[in-house]
Order: sequence, then structure tokens, then C-alpha cells
Amino acid sequence: MVLKVKVDRERCQGHARCNALAPELFALDAFGNAHEIGDGRVPAGLEDKAFLAKANCPELAVEVIEGEGS
Amino acid sequence: MRERPPVTDWAADFDHLDPRWVEDPYPIWQELRDKCPVAHTERYMGVYFPTRYDDVRAVAYDTEHFSSRRIVVRENPPPRIPAPPITSDPPRHRADKSLLLPAFTPDAIKRHEPRARAICADLIERFAAKGGCDAAVDYAQEIPVRLVAHMLGLPEEEGDRFRKWIYEILVAGITEPAVMMRAIEETSAYFATEIEKRKRTPGDDIISYLAAARIDGEPLAPEHIIGSLRLLLVAGIDTTWSAIGSCFWHLARHPEDRRRLAAEPELIPTAVEEFLRAYAPVTMAREVVKATTINGCAFKEKQMVLLSFPAANRDPAMFPDPDRVVIDRAENRHAAFGLGIHRCIGSNLARMEITVALQEWLKRIPEFQLAPNAKVTWSEGTVRGPRKLPVVFG
Ligand code: HEM
Ligand code: SF4
Repeated sequence: MVLKVKVDRERCQGHARCNALAPELFALDAFGNAHEIGDGRVPAGLEDKAFLAKANCPELAVEVIEGEGS
Repeated sequence: MRERPPVTDWAADFDHLDPRWVEDPYPIWQELRDKCPVAHTERYMGVYFPTRYDDVRAVAYDTEHFSSRRIVVRENPPPRIPAPPITSDPPRHRADKSLLLPAFTPDAIKRHEPRARAICADLIERFAAKGGCDAAVDYAQEIPVRLVAHMLGLPEEEGDRFRKWIYEILVAGITEPAVMMRAIEETSAYFATEIEKRKRTPGDDIISYLAAARIDGEPLAPEHIIGSLRLLLVAGIDTTWSAIGSCFWHLARHPEDRRRLAAEPELIPTAVEEFLRAYAPVTMAREVVKATTINGCAFKEKQMVLLSFPAANRDPAMFPDPDRVVIDRAENRHAAFGLGIHRCIGSNLARMEITVALQEWLKRIPEFQLAPNAKVTWSEGTVRGPRKLPVVFG
């Protein structure tokens, strides 16, 4: 199974929690708003960090999607 | 100042300046959450008070019915004084905010961390050998005032003047409009002079940046720059001072948490989030500009809403065991920095300051407690935090 993270950019308000907790998965733009790094695929070993970021985003803007590998 | 009668009914006649609310609001809010989750008062010309996280979020997200053009509940509304972006509504808000955001990203803030560490170390040096200090007065209040001055390119020694203005705008001004208007005039004149100076000789600071900034190709009106600068001053100082003070209030009374953080400094950033949740300092307000209902409660036009992020943060529906401070709480969507478009611009700065303040202190003074017979006092109004916090070391 493959995990992917995704930031809903309409909801994101730049609290930067995701980037603080999982800098391997989330980056911030020049205004401090977040996006997932690359295609959002979560490398093995970083699954907990993906869920931690989701659990700490006050705007409910972080999604963790469980999908089939490709 | 007019005397207000004491409160006997928190649900229908609350007063957020009542001494019991100022001293310990949390039991009052829990009672309301159970009984009447949106309280109301006729005082201050009519104010609603939602106590649940979901309702606070609903109001914060709904900029159509709830405007930021008035953000403090006062006895007599003074003429509106714009302080963009906090007083801006959509669609203006985005441009007003985007202007400031690049100066406050985590990377931009990291540049100021060495200055913050030096400020903390200097302050601690002054009292370390004395066996005790007032952690609110001698430490917490001095850190943000110096750092904000540093970022604005103003002398760090002007703290007393800045704090007096903030007090007059945020606290005294709630009941005495003339005091507030005087502080507005004084800050306007002060910043106008500084802006002129930076136009002649720009520096690497936020005033120079705003003096040269443009929105849609147009330079900013002087009132816009002055409003934003006053906002940074007012929003950046008491807030962070209160947050730092509350951390020390907690640690002075909880040796197990204090020892754990001294032993595991890498846990400090997580603990800071929990302190921000449990002791969130900032309660904003909105003006109802169009009647609506939230969670079955009617909100009438022209009334105010106290937007209590601190109450949202103690809602058991959102945070299990909300009155317990769990310094390693893993799931923490607290709203201390607001929710929605007005998310605090200074959140990355404040987090850095609080973390550094705790790290530098715990490194040097791992053991401390409230002084015997200490009389701790709390501020009232928009920003809540300890204003007197005598502690002894060892
Ligand atoms: C622990 C410290 C702080 C807390 C708890 C705090 C809290 C808040 C809250 C709750 C809001 C939302 C206002 C609303 O919804 O109407 C806000 C907005 C704001 N804060 Fe902070 N703040 C803190 C520190 C700072 C600092 C250090 C600065 C800057 C130097 C700052 C600048 C601002 C600005 C400019 C806004 C307006 C943002 C907008 O309207 O889009 N704050 N703050
Ligand atoms: S934590 Fe949420 S709101 Fe904050 S930057 Fe990340 S996605 Fe955006």
C-alpha cells in the first residue's frame, strides 16, 4: 500500500504545522502556504509523520490518502 | 469609568471584564458549554459568546455575516481605525495580508533567532544571581518588545513607551475612548516620522519595506502603512508576552513537566503547542453585519461576537481532557493563532520566541517555583496572561 499526502490549498492558511512536523513531506511557498513535496508520495518510514501532520493542521487542509501502489 | 454591576447569570448577562472571569474563566466557559453554548449579554451594546470549537470556527470562517471592521468589544465604539489586514474583510484582505506574509515565513523568522537568543541570555544574566525574579515583568514582557523593535528597526530600549501605547489601546481604551484616541494619535505621529526617515535612508527592516511597497503598482497610503505598523506593535507584543508568561506560570507549578522539558529539550516545541492550546492568550471580536444563525442561535445585526479561541481550545468535543496540560499531546489542532483567513501572521515568530525563551531559561535555571505568598495577577480584555509572576530559583 502506498500513502500520499495532499494539501488542500483553498483551506490552507499557512499555520506551517505540517512543515514543522514533516519537512520531508511538506514545503512552504514565499507566503508561508503549504504544498506537498513532489507527488506527495510518503516514503517508507515516514507514515507516522504524515498522520502527525494531518492531526495538527488546524484548518483540516492535510489529507492522507491510502491508495494502490503504481 | 462606569461601574458595572456584578454578574449573576453568565448565560444571559456575562461580562468578560468581571474579576472572576479575568482570574479563572475556564469553569465559567465549561458551565456555558454544557448549558448554553452561545451566551449573550446586553452589556457593551450587545455581545454573543460562542464557547464551542465548532461554533468559533463557523464564525471565523463566515466573513460574509461577521466582519473584522470592529475587533474589540468596547463600551462605546470609537471611530473605526483601520489596521490592515486584521480589520480588513474580503476581498481587500488578501492583498493587505500578502504584503506582510513574506517577512513572517518560518525561514524569514529563522534569521531573527540569534537575536532572540541573545536577548533572552542578557535578560537572564540580570537576575540569575539574585535567587528569583518576576518572570512576567523581568523576562516575558521584555522579549517580544525587543524583538519586534529589532524587526521594525526601532531602538530596543523604547519598550516602556510601546507598552504604554499598547495598554492604552487594548485595555484602558475599552472603557475610556479618549485615552485610546490619544494613543492612536501619538503612534501615528511616531510612525509618520519613522517612515519619512526610511524613505530617505532605507534599512533592512519592516518599516523600510512597507515604505517602498506597492499594491497593484500603487504605493501604500500613509494611513495604511501606519495602520499596519501599529498593528504589528499591538499584536506582536502583549500576545507573546502573555504566552511566554503562561508557560512559566505552568512550569512553576508543575515540577514534573519542568524537569521533563529540562531533560528533553527536543520536546519543547510540542509542549509549546500545548501551552498555546491550554493558555491561548487572544480573544478577538467580530461585528455582525448581516443577521444569521449558527448552531440554531440567532445572531442579530450590529451586535458584536467575542471570538474566543481560548474557549474553543478547552472544548472537550475537540480535545480529550481539555483542562489537563499534556506536554506531549500528539493531536493538537488548537486555534490559539485563529482559524481561517485571519490566521496570525506572527505565528511563526511567536512560536520561535516562546521556544527560545523556554530553552534559554531551562538551560540556566532548571529549578524554580512560585515565590512564597506570590500574588499572581492576570490581564483582562483581548489578551490574557500573567502580569505579575514572582518566582524563586532552586
Ligand atoms: C503567542 C502570540 C500570539 C498570539 C496568540 C496571536 C494570536 C492571533 C490571533 C488569534 C489572530 C487572529 C485574529 C482574528 O481572527 O481576527 C492574530 C492575527 C494577527 N496577528 Fe497574532 N498572535 C500572536 C503574536 C503575534 C506576533 C508576534 C505578531 C507580529 C509581530 C502578530 C501579528 C498578527 C497580525 C498582523 C494579525 C492579523 C492577521 C490577519 O488579519 O490576516 N501576532 N493573532
Ligand atoms: S498545517 Fe495546514 S494550514 Fe498549516 S501550512 Fe500546513 S496545510 Fe496549511
